[in-house]
Amino acid sequence: MNNASNGKYAAEAHDLNIYYGSFQAARDINLLIERQKITALIGPSGCGKSTVLRAFNRMNDLIPSARTTGDVHFHGKNIYDRDVDAVEVRRRVGMVFQKPNPFPKSIYENIAWGARVNGFKGNVDDLVEESLRGAALWDEVKDKLRQSGYSLSGGQQQRLCIARAIAIKPDIILMDEPCSALDPIATLRIEELMKALTRQYTIIIVTHNMQQAARVSDYTAFFTVKDDRTGYLEEFGATKEMFTSPQSQVTEDYITGRFG
Amino acid sequence: MSRTTFELQLVKLQEDILALGSLVQEALLEAMDHLRARDVAASRALVQRDRVIDDKRYAIEADALALIAMQQPMAGDMRMIAASLFIVNELERIGDYAKSLGRVNIRIGDEPLMKPLVDMPRMTEQIDRMLGHSLQAFVARDLDLARAIIREDEIVDDLYDQIYAELMTLIMQDVSKIRQANLLLMAAHNLERAADRCTNICERVIYCVTGKLIDAGWEEDLG
Repeated sequence: MNNASNGKYAAEAHDLNIYYGSFQAARDINLLIERQKITALIGPSGCGKSTVLRAFNRMNDLIPSARTTGDVHFHGKNIYDRDVDAVEVRRRVGMVFQKPNPFPKSIYENIAWGARVNGFKGNVDDLVEESLRGAALWDEVKDKLRQSGYSLSGGQQQRLCIARAIAIKPDIILMDEPCSALDPIATLRIEELMKALTRQYTIIIVTHNMQQAARVSDYTAFFTVKDDRTGYLEEFGATKEMFTSPQSQVTEDYITGRFG
Repeated sequence: MSRTTFELQLVKLQEDILALGSLVQEALLEAMDHLRARDVAASRALVQRDRVIDDKRYAIEADALALIAMQQPMAGDMRMIAASLFIVNELERIGDYAKSLGRVNIRIGDEPLMKPLVDMPRMTEQIDRMLGHSLQAFVARDLDLARAIIREDEIVDDLYDQIYAELMTLIMQDVSKIRQANLLLMAAHNLERAADRCTNICERVIYCVTGKLIDAGWEEDLG
């Protein structure tokens, strides 16, 4: 991977097929992820959207039976090429999960530790503050940095995880239903934070909450399943269009709650 | 999964709009009958009755807004509700034009008409047809019908031009008729505007079906 970060797209999936053993979870996915925008992946359960999300940082590699064909272009290179280090990919493509998963360490260490492991040589105090500010958490935790990450509320823990993700300066942040364990107020805070993060980062989010996709994303990809239960991309476009005038009847039915 | 409750609410919204449309059609036809028959008392009653139309419009609007808040409509459902909000506004305005016809009749009072009304009742019938068809197009999501009605606006415009020319000629012949001619011209102008409101409804039908917001004044958009 080179360091070129110009161009319209932060990542591009081409003809992506993902299998778990003999089961095909995603078929012929082509997806262009625009830089510094939020792309939402939506669709009914089992449509392969989380699988596709994980393909962007090779998280599926951690599942023994998973196999991926096709390309994910990132910084001008296919991240599935043999000479690409999956750990390096994951450093540049961070991830935030459904349930907040802070390390069993202090708030400070939650951010400093990952950065140190990744060879950070600068001023750690500054990095911690900058990351916590970036995740809109600084004001709430600045006086208790030595307390455990677990002492925070669910919404704060999720923002701590986002702070941890941005501390290692990724290009893309993947979010897998980041608000599903949060109350509506904490959810709105994360959504506002996502919008702010696009000043620097590109975000791909999987969400079951269609209103959330409509509120936060710039682009929406709607995945669904065909008779063989294989996930495919039914429609992909600007969120404004998808939620007002979708092209496909299947999308229309899903978005208006007629199926799924 | 079906959304039976929500779908029934959408059907009710549509039915309420049709009911409002019927009230407006009735008001318009009656207003013209009263003018023709010189029935000032009936016109006074009609002017009063406009309140019913206004109240119904606000009730429908409140229901539609509640649906947006409570059901979070998307895509086709959202377009239908958005179109409904616009259509009830147009219907209420057509109701106002009917009221204006009533006021013209009241102001002419017991003066005899300077000429028998021929083209204005024709205009009214044409608008009644356009209005009925535009609501039919809305319910049936019928693009072709919506586009056809938009084209029919020309018939009303032509009749208006004819009335205008005729009244001008009469004024030139007899200046003492200026006041009544002016009132009749106002009535004709209101009818012409009512037809425009019907084409606006058709534009919303086109939006409802296609998601495209067009100005029907631009014929190339009609395809």
